[in-house]
Amino acid sequence: MMKLNSTGQVVLILVAVAYLLGVYFISSPVWMGFTINALIVAVLALSWNVTGGFGGLSSFGHAVLYGTGAYTSAILQVTYGVNAWVALVAGIAMAAAVGGFIGALAFRYGVKGSYFALVTLAFAEVFRICAASFDFAGGGSGLQLKLAPGISNIQFADRTVLYTFLLAIVVLVMLLTAWIKYSRFGAYLVAVRENEDAARALGIDTYRIKVLAMAVSGAFGGLAGVLYLQLWLFIDSSIAYGSSVSIEALIGPIIGGAGTVWGPVLGTLGLHLIGEGAKTLLSNAPGLNFVLYAVVLICALRFMPNGLVGLAGRIGPFAKKESKDA
Amino acid sequence: MLEVENLSKSFGGLKAVSNATLQVPEGSIVGLLGPNGAGKTTCFTMIAGFTKPDSGSVRLRGKDITGLAPHHICNLGMIRTFQIVQPFAGLTVEENIAVGAYLHHHERKEAMAVARDVGKRLGMGTLLDRPASALTIAGRKRLELARALATGAKLLLLDEVMAGLIPTEINEIVGIIRQIRDEGHTFLMIEHVMQAVMSLAETAYVLNQGVMIAHGTPRDLVRDPAVVEAYLGHGAAQRLQEDDHA
Repeated sequence: MMKLNSTGQVVLILVAVAYLLGVYFISSPVWMGFTINALIVAVLALSWNVTGGFGGLSSFGHAVLYGTGAYTSAILQVTYGVNAWVALVAGIAMAAAVGGFIGALAFRYGVKGSYFALVTLAFAEVFRICAASFDFAGGGSGLQLKLAPGISNIQFADRTVLYTFLLAIVVLVMLLTAWIKYSRFGAYLVAVRENEDAARALGIDTYRIKVLAMAVSGAFGGLAGVLYLQLWLFIDSSIAYGSSVSIEALIGPIIGGAGTVWGPVLGTLGLHLIGEGAKTLLSNAPGLNFVLYAVVLICALRFMPNGLVGLAGRIGPFAKKESKDA
Repeated sequence: MLEVENLSKSFGGLKAVSNATLQVPEGSIVGLLGPNGAGKTTCFTMIAGFTKPDSGSVRLRGKDITGLAPHHICNLGMIRTFQIVQPFAGLTVEENIAVGAYLHHHERKEAMAVARDVGKRLGMGTLLDRPASALTIAGRKRLELARALATGAKLLLLDEVMAGLIPTEINEIVGIIRQIRDEGHTFLMIEHVMQAVMSLAETAYVLNQGVMIAHGTPRDLVRDPAVVEAYLGHGAAQRLQEDDHA
């Protein structure tokens, strides 16, 4: 049973939907290109949302999943000439496996909170250095896909088709997120976030749930990485495994509303709009968007701890009452 | 139903529990008493699988469950509650109970229905949509009980569900526990509120400094010199007797 959304949330979602559909009508390549990038990051944000949002397992190294998806697909396509769709599935599977492996290792030894964040960060860095060092991963020069437009290669000459494809994937991942949220798995994951000891007492195998969450998150994150590869046809170690990827993964959900279906997408879109606006205004100073992100993040943490979705949830007739001693 | 034999646990040089033995027959309410720091909660954590005992065994319906993980034990039908209540603060009361119900009801619809049913039976019908963080202490204690009950467990280990409640709230929860027992559940409860123990428990064990010092009906126990000394200090039993005779 879905809870009624408050008026504020409905308005917020309608604005986002209007924007995403509006891109079709404003025939501006700049807007479309920018939104295409934002959609790929939104998939990554939805990936972080599974572990960080529902499970309270804050990863600071989601680049490890994103990069593994991208590299797996790239190596298969470039070196072994595998079909792009097969490589996509392999990239997702490999990223899920890496996610599950990191989870299994970290949670076996009871790693929690900021220590878990550090473990994931360390994994991302190790993978980045490996990718830059080994020849089969292209070494320092990265990997380049051959330009071969066509559905069978997941390369779209027409930007509108590409945009539609990405939009469909974002919707699909959001539907999967909604399914998780309203499933037993999701309820257990939230229980683990809220109180792990109580969860264990209630018959939940918390270790299994957390590892599973990392694997699902890995699948989403790997998908985002493969999408990036298919769009730009090029990756290197810092694009795929760089810490800026990890930051992008977590900042959208936190600002939009972690543990919600819409939050990660809204947060990512909002942030990219701010970042893009700043770039245009301040003539492309590199890295400036991250400075702005930091400012927005600090304000978000101070003034809307439950993100945009939480803030909007307090507006309107179906607004959730805030508990006094929360 | 539950048989605990010679359970021991040391933390460093401190023997928290040594050779504790107790039995809980099916359908009964058994108390576990003792002054602060006697090892009652340690006993519970070992029985429920949260810490491994150094030695001894725990058997549930004849099956050895010593050292099993808590979720296995819960699946076998025994569950503990926490002395310091552990609600899922960000969730509503209904969602809290549903987490327990999910154990044997995999569909959201069923789990929610079970949660509402259990909530209503425990008198929380009007609170179901409230966030758990908004509950009073009495409400949270009741939520612990509801969540445990929703798992379908038949043997409930209650760790001081009445501590911090006012007398009317205690009377309510005593009634609820009795009702749940009559529906076919078994209880082992740690309790400090003697009024509750006297009216609920058929038998009780007394733990002091990690050792079981007495076992019997609550009425016998309060007259047992060893128990009186454990609570009131060395020589207390004798002084009381002298007062009686004087």
